[in-house]
This record gives sequence, C-alpha cells and structure tokens, in this order.
Amino acid sequence: MDAVSETIDRDDNLAVHSGVGDAAAPSHLDHLEAESIHIIREAVAESDNPVLLYSIGKDSSVLLHLVRKAFYPAKPPLPLLHVDTTWKFREMIAFRDARAKQLGLELIVHVNRDGLERGIDPIASGSSLHTDVMKTQALRQALDRHRFDAALGGARRDEEKSRAKERVFSLRSANHAWDPKRQRPEPWRIYNGRKRPGESIRVFPLSNWTELDVWLYIHRERIPVVPLYFAAPRPVVVRDGALIMVDDERLPLASGERPQIRMVRFRTLGCYPLTGAIESTACTVAEIIQETLESRHSERRGRVIDHDGATSMERKKQEGYF
Amino acid sequence: MNVHAQPAEPAFAAPHGQERKSLLRFIACGSVDHGKSTLIGRLLYDSKQVFDDQLDALVADSRKFGTQGDALDFSLLLDGLAAEREQNITIDVAYRFFSTARRKFIVIDAPGHEEYTANMATGASVADLALVLVAVEEGLTRQTKRHLVILSMLGVRHVVLAVNKMDRVGWSRDAFGAVEIAFRELAADLGFIDIVCIPVAAKSGDNVTSRSEHLPWYGGPSLLDYLETVEPSETANLDPLRMPIQWVNRPDPDFRGYSGLITSGEVRVGMPVKVLPAGGVTRIARIVTFDGDLGHAAAGRSVTLTFTDPVDATRGDIVAAVERAPAVAERVRARIFWMKDRPLERGQTYLFKLATSTATARVEAGLSMIDLDTRRAVEAVSIGPNEVGNCTLSFDRAITLDRYEGCRDTGSFILIDPETFDTVAMGCVEEIAPLQSRSRLAKWLPKRTGAVRGKLTRWTETHARSFVKAVSWRATGSLDTFVVTFVISGSTKLAGSVALTEILTKILIYYGHERIWALVPWGKRQAAP
Ligand SMILES: Nc1nc2c(ncn2[C@@H]2O[C@H](COP(=O)(O)OP(=O)(O)O)[C@@H](O)[C@H]2O)c(=O)[nH]1
Repeated sequence: MDAVSETIDRDDNLAVHSGVGDAAAPSHLDHLEAESIHIIREAVAESDNPVLLYSIGKDSSVLLHLVRKAFYPAKPPLPLLHVDTTWKFREMIAFRDARAKQLGLELIVHVNRDGLERGIDPIASGSSLHTDVMKTQALRQALDRHRFDAALGGARRDEEKSRAKERVFSLRSANHAWDPKRQRPEPWRIYNGRKRPGESIRVFPLSNWTELDVWLYIHRERIPVVPLYFAAPRPVVVRDGALIMVDDERLPLASGERPQIRMVRFRTLGCYPLTGAIESTACTVAEIIQETLESRHSERRGRVIDHDGATSMERKKQEGYF
Repeated sequence: MNVHAQPAEPAFAAPHGQERKSLLRFIACGSVDHGKSTLIGRLLYDSKQVFDDQLDALVADSRKFGTQGDALDFSLLLDGLAAEREQNITIDVAYRFFSTARRKFIVIDAPGHEEYTANMATGASVADLALVLVAVEEGLTRQTKRHLVILSMLGVRHVVLAVNKMDRVGWSRDAFGAVEIAFRELAADLGFIDIVCIPVAAKSGDNVTSRSEHLPWYGGPSLLDYLETVEPSETANLDPLRMPIQWVNRPDPDFRGYSGLITSGEVRVGMPVKVLPAGGVTRIARIVTFDGDLGHAAAGRSVTLTFTDPVDATRGDIVAAVERAPAVAERVRARIFWMKDRPLERGQTYLFKLATSTATARVEAGLSMIDLDTRRAVEAVSIGPNEVGNCTLSFDRAITLDRYEGCRDTGSFILIDPETFDTVAMGCVEEIAPLQSRSRLAKWLPKRTGAVRGKLTRWTETHARSFVKAVSWRATGSLDTFVVTFVISGSTKLAGSVALTEILTKILIYYGHERIWALVPWGKRQAAP
C-alpha cells in the first residue's frame, strides 16, 4: 500500500475529528476550518441580506459544510443560490436538489430566461458568450432581483493567477464590476464589510485553501460530493484534445462521431459541453488525493473558458463573473 | 534547460501525513528588482506546485514577456494582473501556496514599490515570519528600512534576510558580510527576537532549496531548510482568554450561544469569564461545535459558548478571562500605518473597527511620525501615505480592547472613511487611557463638575441596598417611636400601633428619598485609591 492511502486509512479509524481529541495539535486543516468559519460569520453578521452561491462542485460542498458548522446548532441563516445555465450535468442537478432537501435549506435556482429565449447555448453561441449571458449576467440578475448584498462563494486563490490577488471580502460596484483599485486592504482578521447603497460584497471563505486541502477536508469530514468526481465508465467524445461527456442528446455529434465509453472523472464541474474529463481510475476520495498529489496538470485546464488568453479570467472578473 | 525533466527535490516527494502538517505563513518583501518573484517562483517550481499546463504557458510567456532571453523567467509564474504585466512589476499582494513533507506554506507575496506599501503591511499583519530580500550589489534601500519599521510595528518577531544575486559578486563572502552587518545594525532596536541571514542566488536556485557548492564558506541552512524548521509559535495557552463575539446563536428559546473565534488563551467548561464592556461575570456552561461539545478549546478555534447565567452579551462584546481582562476605554494612543493619499489630521473622524466592534473615533491633538532614518517619533501635523506614526483617538462610546503587545487580535484595528468606506489605516493600540466616569446625570450637568471625572469610578447604589437600608433605618426609628410614645402616653397599645403604621409608611418614603438622592452626583467624592 502506498503512503497516502496508508495515512488515510489510519485516519479513517479515528472516531473523532482532529482537535476534538484534546491532545492533538491543530493541523493546517483545523486552521483553515476555523479561519473560514470566522469569515463566514463576519460576512453574515455584517450584511443585511446574504446568500450562499452554491455551484454544486466540491468547493461549494466544502463551503456549505463550513456554513453549517458556523451556525450550528441553528440552521444556516442564508439561502442557497444556484445560477443554472441549463447545461449542467444531470447528476449535478439531482445532487443539488437532494442535498437541499436533505438539509432542509432554502434553494433559489435562477435561470436567465432572457438568454434562453435568445437561444444562447454553449455550443452554437460559443463558450465565452454563453458564460457571459447565462452565468455572469444571470448571477447579476439574481443578486439584483433578490437584493442580496453579500454573496459567499467557494473560489480559491490557488485556482488561477488573477485570483491569487483576490480579497476575502471583495467589493463590487452597483453594476457588479470589480475594480482592482477599490479593493480594501485586509490586515489581521479584520474585514471591512461596509458598502454604499447598491454596492455588494463577494466573500470567499476558502481563499486560503488549495485543491489538495479541499480533498483532504472532504475526506476527513466525509462530505458528500457529486459522483462525477469519481472515475466511472462514461460516454465521451474527443474535442480539441478535451474529453467531453455526452450527458444528453443536445450535444451535436459530427457525422461519424461516436461516443466511446472511457474510464473518466472530472476535477471541476460546470456546463458539460465546456468541461473536460480526465482519464482516471480514482474511485475513492483517497485515490483522488493520491492522484492530485501526483498530478502534473492544474485543475482549470479542463475548463474551456480559461484558455481565451492569459488575462481572460481577470477580464471576466472585472465584468462580474465570479 | 529542459523544464519537464528537472527532478524534484526528495524533500517534496513523500506524501506522508498530508492532513497533519503544520502551517507557516510568511511574508516575502524586498525592493523592486531585487529578485523576489524569481525566488518565490523557484520555491514553487522546486516544490512541484507548478503544473505542466502552467509550465507550457510559462515557456510561451517567457518568450513573449520574459527578461531572460530563452531561459525560463520564474517571476512570470506569479504576476497576475494584466496591468502588472505591462509595467513589469508586482502590484498587489498575492498569496502563494506550497508544501513540503514537513510543512504547508502560505507565502504572502508583497509588492516592493513604495506606493504599494499598504499591501505589504496588510500581509505582514498575519505573518509568522518575514523574508526580506536584498540584492547584494544594491544593498539596503529606503524601502528596506520602511519594511523593517512596519514589521516591527506589527510585531513580526522572526526575520530572514536573503542576500540575493550572489552570483553577481563572485559568491563573495565579504560582500555578503557587508550587507549582513548593515542589516543587523538597522534592525538592532526594532525588537526582533531572531534574525537569520542567508546568501542565495534565486535565478540559479543556489541555497534556495538545498545547500550550494558555490558557497562553501557558508555554514548555515538553505532557505527552505530554515523555513521548514523554524518554530515561530508563541506560548498561546498562557495568554488570557479573549473571544470577540461574532454572532448570537438562537435557534430556539432554550438555546442562547455566543459564537466567535478564540483569539487568545483558552476556554474550559466551568471556567469563570467576564463579558465586556458590560462586565457581567458568569461561567462557561458548554463549548458547542458541530462535531460535538468540547471540554476545552484553545486559541485559533471557532466555537459557540453558552453561559450558566443570563448576562448582557452581543456582537462586538468580548468574552474574557476574569483575571487579566481587557480594558474598557474611550480614548487610546495608537501606532498607525496610513494608507490613503489624503493624510490623517487632527479633528477628523473615522469609523474604528476592532475585532468585531465598530465605533466612531476622533483624532485628537498630538500626532507624531516615525523618521525612517533614526526610527524615532517626531512631532507632526499630519500623517501621510505609507507613513508610520502615533495618534490619540477618542471614541463615541466605551470600547473593549487590549494593548497590541499583550493581545494582537483585540489590540489591532482599522480606520474606515465614513463616506467612501475605504479602509484608510491600520493601527495597534499602544496605551489605554482609564475610562472616564459618566453617570447618566453628569451628561447634562455643567462641564465644571466633570473636572474630577477623569479619575472618578462610578459608584451607584443598587435597589436592594437602598431597600435594606430603609428597613434597618425603620427598625431603629420605630423602636425609638415606640419608646417615646410609651413614655408620653403610658399606653403600650397606642405606642405599638403608632410604631407599626409608621414602619410601613416610612419604609416606602425612605426608599423613595434614597433613590432620588442616588441620582444626584452633587456632594459625592471618591476617596483617593
Ligand atoms: N544574476 C542574478 N539575477 C537575478 C537573480 N535573481 C533574480 N535576478 C534577476 O533580477 C531581475 C529582477 O527579478 P524579479 O524576480 O523580477 O524581481 P522582483 O521585482 O523583486 O520580483 C530579473 O531580471 C531576474 O532575472 C540572481 O540570483 N542572480
């Protein structure tokens, strides 16, 4: 048995979480957890109408878990918002609905109807227009409609270069734009949640987590995640070197193109035609951790939208993409 | 160089104990062009934090933007914002992550330019250690001095000096020695407990992750060796308990919990605590977490506390140890770092945020500024951008706080512009003025009665005390009435009934009379302590 699964298996036998056993010195996961809970409570306490941006992925699952911890024994005092582009994997939607029901949480699902009517889709319209209309604009619509003044999201600083400089409390103007010059210094653990009328704050409690931390924490806390993260035989086609899963009949196939069954999993989840799978045999969280440790590719590689150019993510952020 | 073939250092290979590593947050600061981005890029690259696709992008970017000809420009791994690319400088503070077999590191990558010192100061406030980078040929700059003053103000106690670009001086021991001596002299009176100086060459990786053969005269650890083994932890458990309340947790009428992050000391079930500013004393009933109740919890944990008694407590209050409790004050002397163009001046008001409480603060007379060359405070009329200075702040209400030296989280604050809501300064409480007495009446009494207020503690009578006094006075008085009536009338019956009626009526009259006097501060004086 290799070193990682050894560590993990040993850990599995522990009846309690680290830190609950009084003797154990807090690990870096304990630090990250305590810090995130502190941020979550600050965000909710300092806003009038907060919302949890729930994208169904692993980071959102960790964030939701931390939000439950932050307010236990009370229920989280904020609803979940999912911006649905209508092109998410079916398993994501099923997981989302089951999870909200199981936890008894209010779930708001927002779809940009206007965009749907215009017939925007990720294939014909192209990934960048689709993301802009169905995700960025849709998110703005939802925040405006419900007058949310603070939106908590699961973005991490290690995901992408321009995010490395993101604040924990990120100020957005009345039209949701991100102005690098107006971002506030955040010394110590003091967050400035003040905003003028119309402005809002995006809050990133997982800022200091890495992809590996997220998996280690999912493992430690036994947090449920969408099964698409685990390897399974799935029907895929190869497009521009990316493995695209044929999740429903809407994906147009070129003549002669046939889905092939391959053992794949996903490192990030989004709209299925825009999300590349990786070939993998990792079927458990422990195996995913092992794979992450050995991996030579960053997780965002599977995302088509990041490849539009070196500064594309930053441009999207200025426009209000999360 | 073939970037894909570079073998990883063995130190990075073992994935043992991924969940149990310690965490070190360090800030990397240095003047522009001294090689900080290259050094951090190296640490990330050698620790396998750079993925293949990022490397491919790096190879392409190095050709396009790089300053290294065909060689890899590691600094391109780091610079994120488009504007930075164009100007070739790191503007904002950025957070990098890497880990070795022993530790997880968070690198706070602070910009070198003077106008971005605010970002550096922000990063330094959460750092366990500072890595100061100085290129050997350039030596110490004014910005190095500024950085050291800020690190000192923020209480960063461990400093590593990396003397970079040693290849440019033929790996000269003397050149390194000269920078080291100048640096130690500069840092001498700034309160650092530990200064380590390491010669490196970031570009070629010498002495970065392993000892270099170019530096045989150097007997110390490589930079990474040092970072992996340094123990900056403080004796946290000996500190007094502090838990600023973030949130009052009330899922149902039977449960009332107070949620917060323990910022200092530790808490145990049954332990007596004080909730400030009201000052109510109670005991810890439960320490509630999602994973079950705890018997005790130490600094760094987020918990929810319940108390054995109903005490006055809300967001912004601080749960503290009864002994060594924080101060409740309306006026402090603070050291601040100013971050906005419009300077700080006497008479201005700001929002003052400390831990989870916010008040309005007014800048009083007595500003001073730290001179970077002498590191002494000199009188000033204003404190400008990127300057460190001292000021006196008075609040619109009593605030619970500590001195920064004693308890960081409850002794540090930010100032917020009341119009733009920008964060304009960060500060550390240095001295705390004793609380001024202010009875409810004193607020509208003429000012001159306030002459001794500064030293007055508030003594007021409780209702119970007034009532017991009324009863004891009545008992004595009525005995007297009985005796007098008996002597005059000779009738025990008449004397008895007069005394009895009187007891009831006069108790109430006395009580009312006492309460009215209790509201009048006139003629009261406190004995010297
Ligand atoms: N000769 C030499 N040049 C170096 C070394 N480290 C960095 N440089 C160069 O110094 C310049 C500035 O480096 P950079 O990392 O961008 O500096 P920063 O502004 O401090 O982040 C670049 O041209 C680097 O290649 C070194 O160890 N030796």
